[in-house]
Amino acid sequence: MINHYKFEDEPGLRDLFITVDDPESHVTAIETFITYRVATKTSRSEFDSSEYEVRRRYQDFLWLKSRLEEAHPTLIIPPLPEKFIMKGMVERFSEEFIETRRRALQKFLSRIADHPTLTFNEDFKIFLTAQAWELSSHKKQGPGLFSRMGQTVRAVASSVRGGVKNRPEIFMEMNDYMEIFTQKINLLDKISHRIYKEERDYFHEMKEYGPIHTLWSASEEDLVDSLKGVANCIDKCCKATEKRMTGLSENLLPVIHEYVLYSDILMGVLKRRDQIQTELESKVDALSTKKAEKDLLREEIGKLEDKVECANNALKADWDRWKQNMQYDMKSAFTNVAESNLQYYEQCLASWESFLTSQTVDLHLEEDSEDRP
Amino acid sequence: MEDCLLKKIEISVSEAEKRTGRNAVNMQETYTAYLIETRAVESQTEGQCSPVDSLWRRYSEFELLRNYLLVTFPHIVVPPLPEKRAEFVWHKLSADNMDPDFVERRRIGLENFLLRVASHPILCQDKIFYSFLTQEGGWKEMVNETGFQLKADSRLKALSATFRVKNPDKRFTELKHYSDELQSVISHLLRVRARVADRLYGVYKVHGNYGRVFSEWSAIEKEMGDGLQSAGHHMDVYSSSIDDILEEEEHYADQLKEYLFYAEALRAVCRKHELMQYDLEMAAQDLTSKKQQCEELATGTVRTFSLKGMTSKLFGQETPEQREAKIKVLEEQIHEGEEQLKSKNLEGRDFVKTAWADIERFKEQKNRDLKEALISYAVMQISMCKKGIQVWTNAKECFSKM
Repeated sequence: MINHYKFEDEPGLRDLFITVDDPESHVTAIETFITYRVATKTSRSEFDSSEYEVRRRYQDFLWLKSRLEEAHPTLIIPPLPEKFIMKGMVERFSEEFIETRRRALQKFLSRIADHPTLTFNEDFKIFLTAQAWELSSHKKQGPGLFSRMGQTVRAVASSVRGGVKNRPEIFMEMNDYMEIFTQKINLLDKISHRIYKEERDYFHEMKEYGPIHTLWSASEEDLVDSLKGVANCIDKCCKATEKRMTGLSENLLPVIHEYVLYSDILMGVLKRRDQIQTELESKVDALSTKKAEKDLLREEIGKLEDKVECANNALKADWDRWKQNMQYDMKSAFTNVAESNLQYYEQCLASWESFLTSQTVDLHLEEDSEDRP
Repeated sequence: MEDCLLKKIEISVSEAEKRTGRNAVNMQETYTAYLIETRAVESQTEGQCSPVDSLWRRYSEFELLRNYLLVTFPHIVVPPLPEKRAEFVWHKLSADNMDPDFVERRRIGLENFLLRVASHPILCQDKIFYSFLTQEGGWKEMVNETGFQLKADSRLKALSATFRVKNPDKRFTELKHYSDELQSVISHLLRVRARVADRLYGVYKVHGNYGRVFSEWSAIEKEMGDGLQSAGHHMDVYSSSIDDILEEEEHYADQLKEYLFYAEALRAVCRKHELMQYDLEMAAQDLTSKKQQCEELATGTVRTFSLKGMTSKLFGQETPEQREAKIKVLEEQIHEGEEQLKSKNLEGRDFVKTAWADIERFKEQKNRDLKEALISYAVMQISMCKKGIQVWTNAKECFSKM
């Protein structure tokens, strides 16, 4: 079965590699925006070339995502980084913001590349290979933004109306799971950010703490070594803290944040599946009430039944795959955090132990010299 | 070690107790009393243990003792008391004097104070100190009877001496600068240390939230559940470990605080020297001016302007008998002044000698103590790191089983 392959950790099986880098600012009369270089390397025969390099802006990524959602309403389309960060701390074009977004965009594309179905999507291929003007003209064809909005609106409307009647057990479980998962992942997001903030504040205080000992050593002839030794240890711990913080912001925070976004996406997917089933159910109801056009209705119901079965199967398979990935991602991310903390404490331990050794060696030397006549 | 009281008796401040009583204006107050225990040092022969004597004292009595010592031994760097109110607190520590942690640390500080005095070669011989340790009733009256409060130099006088003295001993001037620097740097260090402690507390405590959420999350996960649950437990352990770590660090902070307050004791000795030197300079100046007056009267020349000179010009010279009488008085005063100056000089030199000896002793003690404190700080940090390594090793194992 497809979901036993983890494309992410078997690079040997990958035949499509994508990187997103080189953010560049563009200023026009109307707006300022950033484009990123999207570089693709592939060995697939359906691609004319083995290497591509195009420039894309955030809007283009949004377009791709909406196309994928339209084409596969009950597949789990990976999340895009948010349009804005509401926290107010990060400016739209700050380096930090751009870098975080760049990484998330790269993750987005590589998740699509690793998805057994989405990876062969035509719009995806065009996104990776078309030059700017080609993409623009392609975008203009086909159902636009309004159609996608219509689908979501219908899905929400139907759920408001009372929703699906006979949601299969498995999807009930998925719903219950997602409700709790959403809660927990959001809490983890808050906690992790809080830890980052506390570590950063600790780092700032430590930066001031070490140098005071050096300052003190200037007025203490006999304590210079001890005081400078302590100052040195504190500085080393300070640097180790900085590394730990970086580990958190590069490994854990983006992963948890991605899954916060995923939880929204999954709720949406479940709603869309429900909506497809609702369509069928309402047609079935119509069959029992309407007198005329029964044959036509039966034909439509037949098609809808197929649609529902496809949608359900697609979602089931993708759900299993998503859960496996989630488990793997969480395991890696938290193991990394533990490893990062271990390294932090080991570095600090080493510097304090070497300071202690130097001090006790001194003491022994002093004692020895006192014994000598 | 020189002969000191500690060779004869063991001293400890073993307990603290909350009391209520009536104060000087007959209002009810709550205070803490500390139990001082003393026991004669015997060689342990056949399990013979000498009996323990004990009495209760409160902080204000310790203060009275110290003030007495400051006045009676101005050439000695008198050990400081633990702080009256909790300073350099970080958010968790209560600034309340009744807080049990604060009371405990104060008990230790008071014991330390008594041990310092008892191990000082000069201070330990003082009778008032001995009575403080052994005589419960009537001690306050005994101290007040010494009249030490009258002997105390007025602060105003001391301050003006500081500004007006012309030739203080250079070493004392340097010592004053040193004590200012010591006070400033230790204050700064304690302030930042408190902030660091506060932040560290935050880092550890937030991890505790992981414990709760992991546990709740594990309920919906089939395969990840166990790993999450047990990792959560380790996060709880991590989070609660900070309380003991920081409580221990407070003792380190107290060690530094002692030397912060010692800086003030050093300055007190410097001030005394300045006062004595100023006194000496004033006495010398006074003597010189009297000698001059005498000379003028004897020779009849007026070298300096004086009101007397003016009035005698205006109203006529005095009679030779009057002049003789004046010269006689001045000569007596000059003789007295010379004697006084001699003894003041002697006193001053004596003071400098004994004070400087004690300062040298203090410096050695300070170097030993601070070096030891810094080492104990390193030991604390090492212990904290080892705990951290253990917790995160366990957590890592749990995560890898997810």
